[in-house]
Amino acid sequence: MIKEWIKSGSPWIWLTASAVSACLILVFGLLLLIAFRGLGHFWPVDIVEFRYDEGQGETLIAGELVDSAIMTAAQAKDAGYKLAEDEDFLEQRLIKVGNRDLTGLDFRWVQARFIKGQGLPSELVTIERREWGNFYGRILELRENQNTIAKNGEAFEQSEQRLKRALKLHAHIEHIQKKDVGAINFALERLRLKQRRLELDGEWSEVIQHQFAKQRSQLDKDYAVLQEQMDSLNKQIRRDSILVQAAHGQTLEVGLYNIVRMIQPNAMSLTDKMLEYISKFIEFIWADPREANTEGGIFPAIFGTIMMVMLMSVIVTPFGVIAAVYLREYAPQGLVTRIIRISVNNLAGVPSIVYGVFGLGFFVYILGGNIDQLFYPEAAPAPVFGTPGLMWASFTLALLTLPVVIVSTEEGLSRIPKSIREGSLALGATKAETLWKTVLPMASPAMMTGLILAVARAAGEVAPLMLVGVVKLAPTLPLDGNFPFFHLDRKFMHLGFHIYDVGFQSPNVEAARPLVYATSLLLVIVIVALNIFAVRIRNQLREKYRALEN
Amino acid sequence: MDDSEITPEKEMTEQTRTHAIDINALARKNDKEQGELDFCLKVKNLNLFYGDQQALFDINMEMAKKRVTAYIGPSGCGKSTLLRCINRMNDLVDIARINGQVFLEGNDVYDKSVNVADLRRKVGMVFQKPNPFPKTIYENVAYGLRIQGVKDRRVLDEAVEKSLRGAALWDEVKDRLDDNALGLSGGQQQRLVIARAIAIEPEVLLLDEPASALDPISTLKIEELINDLKEDYTIVIVTHNMQQAARVSDYTAFMYMGELIEFGETSELFTNPKKKQTEDYITGRYG
Repeated sequence: MIKEWIKSGSPWIWLTASAVSACLILVFGLLLLIAFRGLGHFWPVDIVEFRYDEGQGETLIAGELVDSAIMTAAQAKDAGYKLAEDEDFLEQRLIKVGNRDLTGLDFRWVQARFIKGQGLPSELVTIERREWGNFYGRILELRENQNTIAKNGEAFEQSEQRLKRALKLHAHIEHIQKKDVGAINFALERLRLKQRRLELDGEWSEVIQHQFAKQRSQLDKDYAVLQEQMDSLNKQIRRDSILVQAAHGQTLEVGLYNIVRMIQPNAMSLTDKMLEYISKFIEFIWADPREANTEGGIFPAIFGTIMMVMLMSVIVTPFGVIAAVYLREYAPQGLVTRIIRISVNNLAGVPSIVYGVFGLGFFVYILGGNIDQLFYPEAAPAPVFGTPGLMWASFTLALLTLPVVIVSTEEGLSRIPKSIREGSLALGATKAETLWKTVLPMASPAMMTGLILAVARAAGEVAPLMLVGVVKLAPTLPLDGNFPFFHLDRKFMHLGFHIYDVGFQSPNVEAARPLVYATSLLLVIVIVALNIFAVRIRNQLREKYRALEN
Repeated sequence: MDDSEITPEKEMTEQTRTHAIDINALARKNDKEQGELDFCLKVKNLNLFYGDQQALFDINMEMAKKRVTAYIGPSGCGKSTLLRCINRMNDLVDIARINGQVFLEGNDVYDKSVNVADLRRKVGMVFQKPNPFPKTIYENVAYGLRIQGVKDRRVLDEAVEKSLRGAALWDEVKDRLDDNALGLSGGQQQRLVIARAIAIEPEVLLLDEPASALDPISTLKIEELINDLKEDYTIVIVTHNMQQAARVSDYTAFMYMGELIEFGETSELFTNPKKKQTEDYITGRYG
């Protein structure tokens, strides 16, 4: 029976099919876990208020329930908990209590057996602050210039209105600081470099000196105007504040300028929560990070990742294609070519950190150092290109993905039927003309395949980037409104590194954990999007250059 | 005789000295001196080796201008190889070695001074399997002209129409010149390829089993086309099909094992073969 079953071939089918199923389950499991954990982070969670008594009198604890854990009695005793004889296990709950400025810790483990009761009072508010993280508690008063204007219930509604004004003012200040002041600083820096350059060249004359002084004083004047504007805005934004009380009774005054969002989750309807969810998600995608990257958005990281991948594509495609054309079309197919081809293939297997080291040693220090000496002597001793930055990161990744592009382009070239080449040659085309007009266009889908693989690999690569240009917080994007707009020498943020940094280098690991999932999800989405984009281009090319079928 | 025709003739002597042979000019000269029924192609003592293997043995033959010459013979007898010697397609085979000469209008195509691309503009070729480029019908026909640097849209339009008419395809495709050529049927593709070849106005057209991959109706059309084309072109056709050779050709060469066994007028060769091997082959005793 068994013998027959084996002979029938169905075990083989079962084996192969189950391997595929296992792969599918793993991949979808991974995506689901990331999506669930990451997307859940933005949901406005109810604030639970516990009556808690460890034996020294009842206290109130309010916060978001995050996690729970159960230990057996033996484990608990080993860990130093005192349990009664009849207790078999110890249940603990992790609560995000916030209020870091008051209690020092924003997460707290409590033992379920000491919880005397719990409720969801609707007046509890979650206040997301620019400093010190979340605050959980009640609003007692709304104050304008230290005068109380609303109390208790009314205070929340009125402060919501006033928060909108404060947020608008804050955005205005931010804009001035980043855009206008940034532009002035940039201009001043360029002026300084120009002056230094003229000094080095010995052309620093009285006339020029006068010109520069005039320009500089103009910039200073502009800056003074902005400064004044900002001062007045700062004064306006500090007008309102609220008096809040934490669950354990301590009160605190919080300025509205310090608040990002304020909700009463227990009183919110499902629709409100959904709107809140969407707004938080949009903030996550479009805003800059705050609080050592543990709050706010990750826009600079998304931008940096995409920009780096695009630059890398622009560098790697022509290089790889040209190299492949030589190897396949022109090089004599002998031992040397075979050795080169094998070496290229094996380059794909070199660990990426090695490329990082090479990029730092060769691109950054040697190339960048020489570029600085030749073209930017005025900036010395500060390096321009002689330091890790976007351009060198793109070059390093281009090098890393070069073998992939070469291999798939070569494959594409070898698949072009001989009859097409002969057809072109028979019409009096030279080899180069045949390549340009017929062979290369027909091989373009294969080149795109190479690029797709390259993008997939490059977008997820972190290790080499840490050496050649990625930082945990870049103050400016590599693309802005200041001439020459593209700043390839700047350092940048990257989603992959952001995950590592937030998850494992952050002072507040508990708070950052959901962000790790959310960022991972976004990284996956970015890579998938880049890939879909490339695949669509490839499919169009394929349709266009559909090779002879028969 | 007008001026434009004299000038290249005068220049020719100079050009020969500098080894830059203008085949066109030579052709015109020959035309005038020897009249219509001249030998356009001449193969002399041609031997071809693939590595150590000899594929062609001392071939000598002359092919008449504006006539159809057919090569017949069993598979592997070297007829395609011989055909590909005429436009030097064998250059693409690394291990192929040739000695002997092939004259096109009196000039050795294997001379060092000959530019292979120029030669192939004079000697068009159509392959066994239709091999249109994955471009539009229009671009396929215009390909050779674009390679020569023709950019004027009007010139191209005219040439495309003329070539497609010449290949008896115009009426079928005139409304969809911008469609992909790969959407055509096999027979249409083969006629498109012929149109592509005659668009650059070659002198000789080499057809390497042009109908072997086609159905009978398409084959018939190709044969009719060959009949029309011989008014303007010297045609050399390789075919497996003896009836086809009998139908379309004026002269037939029978090849066997790399040797030219018999060569003569088609009617003569088929009705009254001089060699035993030829007779055996055309009567179907081997092949």
